[in-house]
Amino acid sequence: MAVPRRRLPHAPAPPGGERACRPRRASWTLGVVALLLSACAPAGGPAFDTDGLPEKLSEWGVLSAHDGVLEFSDGAMPYDLATPLFSDYALKLRTVSLPPGTSATYHPDEAFDFPVGTIVTKTFYYPVSSDGVAIGPERSVETGVLPLDGLRLIETRILHRRAEGWIALPYVWNPEQTDAVLKRAGDFVETTLYRPDGRAEPLNYFIPNANQCAGCHATDNTTRAIQPIGLKARHLNKPSSFAPTANQLDLWRLSGLLAGNPGGPAPRNAVWTDESEGLDARARAYLDVNCSHCHSDVGPADTSGLDLRPETPMGPKVGLCKGTIAAGAGSGGRPYDIVPAKPDESILLFRLQTADPAAMMPELGRSVVHEEGVALIQRWIEGMAGSCD
Amino acid sequence: MNKSPIAALAVLALAGCGKKAEAPKAEKPFEESLIEQMLDAKPGDIIEIPEGVFQFDRSLSLTADGVTIRGKGMDKSILSFKGQKQGAEGLLVTADDFTIEDVAIEDTRGDALKVNEGKNIVIRRVRTEWTGGPKTENGAYGIYPVQTTNVLIEGSVAIGASDAGIYVGQSKNVVVRNNTAERNVAGIEIENTFDADVYDNVATNNTGGILVFNMPNLAQPGARTRLFRNRVSSNNLPNFAVEGTTVRNVPAGSGVIVQSKDQVEIFDNDIVDNNTGSILISSIFSSGLSMEGMAPDFDGYPEAIFVYGNRMSGGGTNPGNEQLAALKAALFSDGGALPDVLWDGVVDPAKQIDGATPAHLRVCVQNEGAEVLSINPQGPGLITADVNCALEKLPAVTLAPPLGG
Repeated sequence: MAVPRRRLPHAPAPPGGERACRPRRASWTLGVVALLLSACAPAGGPAFDTDGLPEKLSEWGVLSAHDGVLEFSDGAMPYDLATPLFSDYALKLRTVSLPPGTSATYHPDEAFDFPVGTIVTKTFYYPVSSDGVAIGPERSVETGVLPLDGLRLIETRILHRRAEGWIALPYVWNPEQTDAVLKRAGDFVETTLYRPDGRAEPLNYFIPNANQCAGCHATDNTTRAIQPIGLKARHLNKPSSFAPTANQLDLWRLSGLLAGNPGGPAPRNAVWTDESEGLDARARAYLDVNCSHCHSDVGPADTSGLDLRPETPMGPKVGLCKGTIAAGAGSGGRPYDIVPAKPDESILLFRLQTADPAAMMPELGRSVVHEEGVALIQRWIEGMAGSCD
Repeated sequence: MNKSPIAALAVLALAGCGKKAEAPKAEKPFEESLIEQMLDAKPGDIIEIPEGVFQFDRSLSLTADGVTIRGKGMDKSILSFKGQKQGAEGLLVTADDFTIEDVAIEDTRGDALKVNEGKNIVIRRVRTEWTGGPKTENGAYGIYPVQTTNVLIEGSVAIGASDAGIYVGQSKNVVVRNNTAERNVAGIEIENTFDADVYDNVATNNTGGILVFNMPNLAQPGARTRLFRNRVSSNNLPNFAVEGTTVRNVPAGSGVIVQSKDQVEIFDNDIVDNNTGSILISSIFSSGLSMEGMAPDFDGYPEAIFVYGNRMSGGGTNPGNEQLAALKAALFSDGGALPDVLWDGVVDPAKQIDGATPAHLRVCVQNEGAEVLSINPQGPGLITADVNCALEKLPAVTLAPPLGG
């Protein structure tokens, strides 16, 4: 194949369990990507051919926690999204690993088509704060590892592409923070969340069970096939956080991770916190990544008639003056999803402002209110012209 | 097997250091084992629920096709979600060929049993209940199949839902029979569904007994519903739905409501003692909902509605909304009652021919002893003679194999 090799032959670990770790460089240039990605790794490398349900995360050969760092294996590409899903303020380390000599195929709107064997990991973690956890900031992994000092790893979710399709598995980190254990039935982690201004609130962090993974990742409720959500062009089309001089999609192409003709400029979502971007673009990016895996024309929430994909033009489908179908307590006593200029009368905002499981959105993966996200959507609705009368 | 050398090495390495022997496990609580059975379920599996009350703090979810969940009886095998911390349902099913029977689901935060998209769905002798009685905080729906095809709901009981006890949404080919719905806002609701037969049910002591609705902005409109041999009585419960929901506008005392749905046949029912009216027929355009928020092609006019042979009595004595109460005071003396059938008279202007609705699209009432009142604000009055017409009867719904046929 003509794709550039991203992977050098793996140097076997010396006997005795010691690893020959080559230090990674903090400043990236495209030319050295292949070198950099070949640094130290869990012994054996990614277990692309796994066909069972490994009990331990380490068995996947992608992530290993040792000596105060979380390290990812050879060829595991860390990535991030322009606007990420909100998950109770958890910070996330995402990696994607493809079998040697393979690449994903580009698609402008949908998740890229990844080859059999692909392993995607998403590790959820928090900064520790007294008896609980705190909010942000994102940690850099430019050095090739995530230093664990002052952090608490909560869970790592695996998406593995098998011949029959993707499977999703949740792993929960042990108290020693040395490995994570498969918890197919899901779990709760009860702790305290400290907000930046010092407010404390109980955090009932919920780890979904394997079936509930499909609640978000079966993005087409007819085929019910599990799909990655973040691995789309519009989420990935941003400067790489790991090689800041490069666009992430370019980096993937140069690394051989991504093939296929873009057939035009790649779509891009706004960074929801970037004040230099338009309010509409930021709000739609936020609603896209948090909602549109269900609220599309084929997703599990197509029953509601609300479609929050970024390309859906503003109107009843996006909630404008739209009455509820089956909202129950989710209406919050408000008349329509979006009442222009009136966020306090808009159901869409109420659903973000509440943490009641019967009323909140998204239904899964949140137990506290994302106050900054609420503020964004509030301002977006405030700025709308028109009325529902 | 065609494994890459590196993966093969990994397998070897894992085999070398993995601890395979596990300590013998104590008997798991049933709650935990049920979650695992649902995760491991495969087509043909029967998941048994023993007698007892089993407590869950999060939603259960089933994604495998062809699974049966079977308890020992709706009063014996109880899945209780009191104090639920996570999840918008008690049990969420996204699968085909699903049967659930002889089980109760109680006190969920949101909906009790939701089946979201699937074909060949049987819900039999299932009880969904909020045990604290009717409360706004109760979950919205008890038994809630949506976007399902070939569906049978029978012998079930739905109590206390803050929206609808039994709610069939956006589905096709549906039979709802021999169920009891009580103390819900809506007892039984058929919405945006094609071909539903609803018979031999009891809807009592709800805010509204049986609702047949079409709502805008959905992929599927729906038509053809037959309601027959049901007992719809004393649906006078004060409305306890959340403000902003569709059913919040249902006046207490509504027997049967048809809104914006076409081809509805209502016959051979006992509809008694519903204080607003026995049968209400209306267009969504009378509901006050924003037209801005409706897809422009939405057909909000109820057409081809045929009411005949029902036994209706005791209705309309105490209308549950101000407009109807005022109408009663104006047209019928104190101590009187509104007629059995109320219609807002809103018709599609685009379909009128020489000022009249074509025969096959009319609202027809041929029901001995029943009067019909137009509640159109522009011309309220008795129209019994005007709507004395008949329509071609709808075919019975035939459940397809493996449910019937």
